Amino acid sequence: MILVENLHKSFGDAEILKGISTSFEKGKTNLIIGQSGSGKTVFLKCLLGLFPYEEGTISYDGKIFSNLSEGQKRDLRAEIGMVFQGSALFDSMTIAENVMFPLRMFTKMSKSEMEDRADFVLKRVNLPNAHHKMPSEASGGMQKRVAIARAIVNNPKYLFCDEPNSGLDPKTAIVIDNLIQEITDEYQIVTVINSHDMNSVMEIGEKIVFLRYGIKEWEGSNKTIFKTDNQAVTDFVYSSNLFKKVRQMYLEENE
Amino acid sequence: MRYLHNIGRYFLMIAEMFRKPTKWSVMRTLILKDIDDLIIGSLGIIAFISFFVGGVVTIQTALNIENPLIPRYLVGFATRQSVILEFAPTFTSIIMAGKVGSFITSSIGTMRVTEQIDALEVMGINSLNYLVFPKTIALMLYPFAIAIGMFLGILGGMAACVFGGYTSLEDYILGLQTDFDGFHVTYSFIKTYVFAFVLATIPSFYGFYMKGGALEVGKASTTAFVWTSVVIILLNYILTGMMLG
Repeated sequence: MILVENLHKSFGDAEILKGISTSFEKGKTNLIIGQSGSGKTVFLKCLLGLFPYEEGTISYDGKIFSNLSEGQKRDLRAEIGMVFQGSALFDSMTIAENVMFPLRMFTKMSKSEMEDRADFVLKRVNLPNAHHKMPSEASGGMQKRVAIARAIVNNPKYLFCDEPNSGLDPKTAIVIDNLIQEITDEYQIVTVINSHDMNSVMEIGEKIVFLRYGIKEWEGSNKTIFKTDNQAVTDFVYSSNLFKKVRQMYLEENE
Repeated sequence: MRYLHNIGRYFLMIAEMFRKPTKWSVMRTLILKDIDDLIIGSLGIIAFISFFVGGVVTIQTALNIENPLIPRYLVGFATRQSVILEFAPTFTSIIMAGKVGSFITSSIGTMRVTEQIDALEVMGINSLNYLVFPKTIALMLYPFAIAIGMFLGILGGMAACVFGGYTSLEDYILGLQTDFDGFHVTYSFIKTYVFAFVLATIPSFYGFYMKGGALEVGKASTTAFVWTSVVIILLNYILTGMMLG
């Protein structure tokens, strides 16, 4: 479990995160949502240890990140998988080399063991024949799946995804969402997803944290989000007519 | 103030580059790849430019010696001195600032724009050690490329003499051997090592710390070329004053 307590982060005079406290549980897909500028990306980067913060604590299964030595932080990072918004695949490497990269860096596996593991995870993300392709030869959806394969290849305990659906068509976006949820459940990972996509909120939001102006405005799940009377959440999530109708139908059915 | 900030950050980058080393099996592959990209890939242009500039230096020297009291072997002497002392180490390095420097800035800058550097950092990898250190080590072989440039520059001068009829082959060779000072070659290679370090680190600095998108990658490459050239010329002046002055 990742536990965040009273997290404060500023850039100069601008306070971006104003005392956020929440938790992200194992085996659940946890979504951070909010408008642009609400502090989602800064929050995610603080969770990843990329941004230092002024106040508060982030603990990974009881280990407080800021109290760890450099070596312990490195060990912890080896347990983290990350899927970037733009996939961030190394474009000088083939897809198989990209997937094997964390294994080459952090394990003492032999080449054949690494190839077997890469083969396994590429099959898991439904890319059984893409090993020798370069990232530039892969479509956006394929690149995202490779990024997921790279993120899970070293059996991470924590998986972070920054807008995994951005730039994808709706069908591929659902495939990626389902894949992340399946992997989270299968490997019992703590998954944290930064998302703008309301389909993802409805489909896989087992826990949802809504940020607004750097404050945790609301917390719940894809079930409770239909019933909430928090005006800021309903304005954001149900801004389109389609979602307004979906919500109305849900409430009518469940009355 | 911005210049001071950048100078400080540059030296911090150099210090950080040596911390938390990447696994040797991975680093070895990176170094070999960078030797291929930066050194082997530059040999063609170095050879081409050296050969023809050596020829031009010879022709210019021969054409400017009109006084019959000046011996003809001076053509070979002047070509040797120009090529070994200045042309091969300094001017080739400025050309390399354009070729190798812009390659380094744009490749690291593109990695920054596409979050590949963030991906390395999230994995707990020292991205400066992973990206800049192998380039610095690869460029320690740069003096070998410059040695080839020296040889071909002198050979180009010889070809110009023989085929252009500016002086005899015997005079040219006599000139090459006259008053040869081995320290000049040492001086030249020491300069080349310093320039190699500059060629690896300044373009890396501009690529690594760039912000923005594709347009900024282009701007960073241009800025890196300008500053690499300026630093090479200033260091050339300082090192020449210290070692030959």
